Amino acid sequence: MIEAAAPTYFRLYVWERPVRAFHWVNATAVLALAITGFVIGNPFRMAYAAEAYQQNWFGTVRFVHFAAGWIFLVAFVARIYWGFVGDQYARWRHYIPHTRWQWREIVEVLRIDIFQTKVSGEFSSGHNALAGLTYSVSFLVYAFQIATGFALYASMSDAWVPSLFVWVVPLFGGDAGVRFWHHAAMWFFILFTMIHVYLVFYHDYVEGRGTTSSMVGGWKFARVDTLTAPDQSDEACEPDEPAESG
Amino acid sequence: MAKPDASIWRLMESKGYSRREFVHFCRFAAITAGVGVAGLPRVVEAFQSRPRPPVVWLHFQECTCCSESFIRSSHPVVADVLFDYLSLDYTETLQAAAGHQAEAALHDTMRNHPGEYILLVEGSVPLGNDGVYCTIGGRTAQDILAEAAEDAAAVIAWGSCASNGCVQNASPNPTGATPIHKLIGRPVINVPGCPPIADVMTAVVTHLLVMGSMPELDNRGRPREFYGKRVHDTCYRRPFYDAGLFVESWDDEGAREGYCLYKMGCRGPVTYNACSVTRWNEGTSYPIQSGHGCIGCSEDDFWDNGPFYRHLPDVPGFGIESTADKVGAAAAVAAGAGLALHAIVTNVRKQSEIHKRIAGSVQETEIGEGGDD
Repeated sequence: MIEAAAPTYFRLYVWERPVRAFHWVNATAVLALAITGFVIGNPFRMAYAAEAYQQNWFGTVRFVHFAAGWIFLVAFVARIYWGFVGDQYARWRHYIPHTRWQWREIVEVLRIDIFQTKVSGEFSSGHNALAGLTYSVSFLVYAFQIATGFALYASMSDAWVPSLFVWVVPLFGGDAGVRFWHHAAMWFFILFTMIHVYLVFYHDYVEGRGTTSSMVGGWKFARVDTLTAPDQSDEACEPDEPAESG
Repeated sequence: MAKPDASIWRLMESKGYSRREFVHFCRFAAITAGVGVAGLPRVVEAFQSRPRPPVVWLHFQECTCCSESFIRSSHPVVADVLFDYLSLDYTETLQAAAGHQAEAALHDTMRNHPGEYILLVEGSVPLGNDGVYCTIGGRTAQDILAEAAEDAAAVIAWGSCASNGCVQNASPNPTGATPIHKLIGRPVINVPGCPPIADVMTAVVTHLLVMGSMPELDNRGRPREFYGKRVHDTCYRRPFYDAGLFVESWDDEGAREGYCLYKMGCRGPVTYNACSVTRWNEGTSYPIQSGHGCIGCSEDDFWDNGPFYRHLPDVPGFGIESTADKVGAAAAVAAGAGLALHAIVTNVRKQSEIHKRIAGSVQETEIGEGGDD
């Protein structure tokens, strides 16, 4: 009744330690930034004191936002660096579609996963080409958020880095315009997070390759018999060790 | 009366002022211009050797609030500089001459003092329909500005109209109102505000007089000395902001206590101006001190960044009363619905796929017999 031979799985080490570290530092920073940013944009009533010297909660919220912004910036720069020195799954090539094969995979992902006009098929073990492209776009939004955020921050800081972004302000007419777009761009992160988490669960559920846990341990799994789409990176994808049997 | 091109010292002398009074006056000018008492010798030198510069003050699309503000300079000494000691050769609002006489005065100044006169421009310049929306003596504002700016020693844009277009420039900008720095190919000192603070205006002119050069400008052409800080940075209500004590509605306890107006749409945190330092009307007050938020009148597009009483502006293209958050929340709800739909479709379409995987899964009891090795 059931196909006799149990499938053989390979363990693939797809997310190196710096990649995982970036992911969680970034996730934490984004969470902190979004929550504090929301509060800064629309502070709630918290007047348990009558005099200003008796409390400083709004100042604290802003401090957390700025501190998280710095962490976000450093993580962003570090991740871009790793995109040039990391392994094949972390390399920039994985994120920018520049080969026919990658564009074909994007179409395939749309057919199989998004619109589901095709039922079965599996993709590259790291990010598939569409996911890679999505992350590239999201990095542009990160850059936008860093530029607008630090441009606003420049007026209250003497530090060198924020002063690099003062040229941003005239592009938006003034701080009011920068503030508006900085605030509006936050919604990208909210939508991104919703869709990102959903798709992680989706892939784990449909494919059973350990997508969710891969960002903790770094491992994904690939069935030998369905490992049809070889990674077209310059370094060949060598599944290094067979699955442990028990 | 001294000759029109005599120095300020000659002029004062002819009016009977003593040398001591002259130096005292120079000290005021030095402080106003931001060079401090240490810069006094420079001021004395400039005021006794340099002929007082002729000034041409042009009025285009504007409401004259800049002029109104200017004549209320709180330093009488500084006002004197401008009305007695500058040679104000042409200004529609204040000059006695009219018609052809006035036009003649303008042309005489431009012809006789090329490279010497200071050009002050109040108002924006309409470019729509070949500039017919603002003409003086049969010529368009654009024409007059181009001619006057060519040989000016320095050009100052008075107020938001001339600096960033102000209300005429607000969407949809029917007359094509344009700030002057976009029309002339030379540096312009932007002194925005609707109107600018009188003391800031006099100080900028005094700086030109004393130093003979432009004050240090920021990347939007504004003098750093007065536009380098936000209204928020030196606001006396700032401690309430850091404490998170906000006015929630116009008649609540917080409003009576003088809490921060941030939630009432105060534009202080995004507005660069000296209001909270110099204040208005001889240092009497400024909007926030009067209990009303800043509307950001010295910032570009401040009319388009409304409503004034809300923290964030409306989203263009989404109708009235839609903030970025409402649009964003709607997008999030739509995305959530899309994801839920996708999850349902997945379970239907991929049912066999998923079942196949589950069926193909190794049973614990099988390990050792058919397992991989």
